[in-house]
Amino acid sequence: MSILKEEFPVEAMDFVTAGEASAQIKRLLKKLGVDAGVIRRLSIACYEAEINLVIHSDGGKLVLEVDSNEVTLISEDVGPGIPDIDLAMTEGYSTASEDVRMMGFGAGMGLANMARNADRFDISSKVGEGTTIKMYFSL
Amino acid sequence: MTVNEAAKIIGASILTEGTDTSREVREGYTCDLLSWVMAHGREGMAWITVQTHMNVIAVASLHDMACVIIPEGISVEADVLGKAAEEGISVLSSRLTAFEICGRLTQAGIGAC
Ligand SMILES: Nc1ncnc2c1ncn2[C@@H]1O[C@H](COP(=O)(O)OP(=O)(O)O)[C@@H](O)[C@H]1O
Ligand SMILES: [Mg+2]
Repeated sequence: MSILKEEFPVEAMDFVTAGEASAQIKRLLKKLGVDAGVIRRLSIACYEAEINLVIHSDGGKLVLEVDSNEVTLISEDVGPGIPDIDLAMTEGYSTASEDVRMMGFGAGMGLANMARNADRFDISSKVGEGTTIKMYFSL
Repeated sequence: MTVNEAAKIIGASILTEGTDTSREVREGYTCDLLSWVMAHGREGMAWITVQTHMNVIAVASLHDMACVIIPEGISVEADVLGKAAEEGISVLSSRLTAFEICGRLTQAGIGAC
């Protein structure tokens, strides 16, 4: 049974509000009394997903769904997609631009951080269409 | 050690207004790659970085860090400081390099994560 379902739009290349959705999601989960360890893992994964929407996609959203035994976080975007997911998952691999790297993004650790922190991690992508990532956290 | 005490040790000024500088600094960390800090950051940390944009505050706040320390007197924009104050993250500015800041804080007993 779903306790809560909420969507958070994320704009491409908006570095001023980048991280806001993750902060809001963290606050929501705290209010619901979700275990601190789960919140920590989810915050890390959520932030990485949000930054990817900002720096790699043409815009998208994060969808948070909480039920009694699991939290689901989905990142959905419209954008270039990922041609080689295995390569993209490799730590250190990044196609981020020099400008974005200068800001400290583009370490190529985002997808790996997501996979490591979620209990289950699913990624699907279509080149020229977009990317969907589903992450599950057991309660 | 508190944020205030740490600031004194590295000759730093506190750029944010109204944040709790009596907060305990539990450990220190330095890195300018945000994903790296996101992966290794922890509550109560003092984070030294040359990055000064809005997302530094987002990362520090998601980890509930004690403070962010900007080395070499790099200036920080007012809207970033405003956001930091809103999130309760103290931002410190020191003229020392990141290397010297780490050295002094380590000597004063702040550990690494
Ligand atoms: N939502 C996305 N849309 C398109 N490409 C993406 C997306 N997320 C990740 N990628 C691709 O996967 C690579 C690795 O992503 P990640 O591990 O987060 O590292 P980084 O964001 O630091 O480049 C990116 O450089 C990019 O090429
Ligand atoms: Mg990334």
